[in-house]
Amino acid sequence: MIQISNLTKKFGSHLSLDNVSCTFDKGESVALMGANGAGKTTLIRSILGYYHPDGGEVLINGLNPIQERTKVLQDISFVPQLPPPIKLSTEELIHYISVSANVEKELIRHYANEMKLDISANANKSFFKLSGGMKQKLLIAISLAKKSNIIIYDEPTANLDPKARDDFYRLLKENENEKILLFVTHRLEEVRELVNRQIYMDLGKVVSDEIF
Amino acid sequence: MKNLYLIAYLDLKESLRAKWFLVYSLVFGGLIALFFIAGVTESQVMGFSGLSRLLLMYIQITIVILPIFILITTVRSISGDRDNHILEYMLSFPISLKQYYWGKIIGRFITVYIPVLFAMVIAVFYGFIKGAEIPWSIFFLYTGLLFSLSSAFLGIAFFISSFVKSSEVALGIAFFIWIFLLAFIDIALISLMMQQRFNEGVIIFIAMINPMELFRVAAISLFDPELTVMGPVAFYILDLMSQTLFVLLAIGYPLLLGLLFATLGFVIFKKKDLV
Repeated sequence: MIQISNLTKKFGSHLSLDNVSCTFDKGESVALMGANGAGKTTLIRSILGYYHPDGGEVLINGLNPIQERTKVLQDISFVPQLPPPIKLSTEELIHYISVSANVEKELIRHYANEMKLDISANANKSFFKLSGGMKQKLLIAISLAKKSNIIIYDEPTANLDPKARDDFYRLLKENENEKILLFVTHRLEEVRELVNRQIYMDLGKVVSDEIF
Repeated sequence: MKNLYLIAYLDLKESLRAKWFLVYSLVFGGLIALFFIAGVTESQVMGFSGLSRLLLMYIQITIVILPIFILITTVRSISGDRDNHILEYMLSFPISLKQYYWGKIIGRFITVYIPVLFAMVIAVFYGFIKGAEIPWSIFFLYTGLLFSLSSAFLGIAFFISSFVKSSEVALGIAFFIWIFLLAFIDIALISLMMQQRFNEGVIIFIAMINPMELFRVAAISLFDPELTVMGPVAFYILDLMSQTLFVLLAIGYPLLLGLLFATLGFVIFKKKDLV
């Protein structure tokens, strides 16, 4: 369970999160929406323990993600909006994830195959030299192979073609049981079939919270 | 511990593939090659000849270029990863900040130290083949001095990297520190203080807390144990401590300084927002 209580985060004089409170339970698939600068990414990053809040707190299964980061992150999968320009080769990146998060390399290869990505053909290529779609597919495969109970996607389909999107949604449907899924998205129609809750944010506040 | 080694290993692999590493290795290896081609080992100046002279020249040039190389290539390691969102992704896995930070330092230390050391090993090996006398005492002293100088500037670079907001600013600060330690303290500040007739002890103290200056003095102390080439300054140093103690200080102090800055950098890294 993710419990966010009165969370406030400022960057200089800019208030990015303004006293946000909400809870995400097992089995919930949430579309996190809002205009640019609404505070969605700040909220996601606070859940991941990247930001020190100016007020309030975040608890993941009762643990603080800053103080207990390794325990908390064992149970979270995250795919960012834009794949970062990691200079490690694909094989090295998979090795990093396999050792640090105890993820089976075979499982990553399995999900990559399901996403129509041939890892062995790109094993020695630098991750940042892969095409945008290939990078996104690999990150999605990693997120699924990690078997986390909390999966956070920040606009995960931005670089994917329609076929790859279908593969992604199919895999997600097969793996969504008893998990918390958080989608940061601008297009509700794309995730409409997957989500059962929609949160709309504006100016650092939750302005609507609907359960379908 | 496995995550610490994992980060160090991957950082090392990434660095070995980088273009800067190729240039870095070529510069130090090229210097040694150039000295041999130029016949430095056959010449004799101020009593220094053969491999001793070559190593002395190598170390004099290294004092100037090693710190700036380390600063420029390392200062962006964390700030650069933060800038381009690599940190955001890599730290979404269960790696502790301590393992990530110190793993990066270990990996980067090996990357910056090995080419400098390797260049000296090549020189000794080549000298051995040519039948030259190997100055082992100088070789081991320089190995130690380079180790500690690398530690000092690596620590400073990681310290800068931990608090700057962008890698451009990090580069600017790194360049300023290099100029400050290399030129400003040595030429401007100390000359000005001497002109103003400041207490000699104060001037020498300021010079000796500069790791580059300490390195420079220690490097010549083996050829010239009385430090006569330094003139009256030598009396102050050797009155205070023996030559052996001075060499130990020259190795120990930059090492501690590097460790102190690296630790400060870690405290900042831990306390600040990660992305």
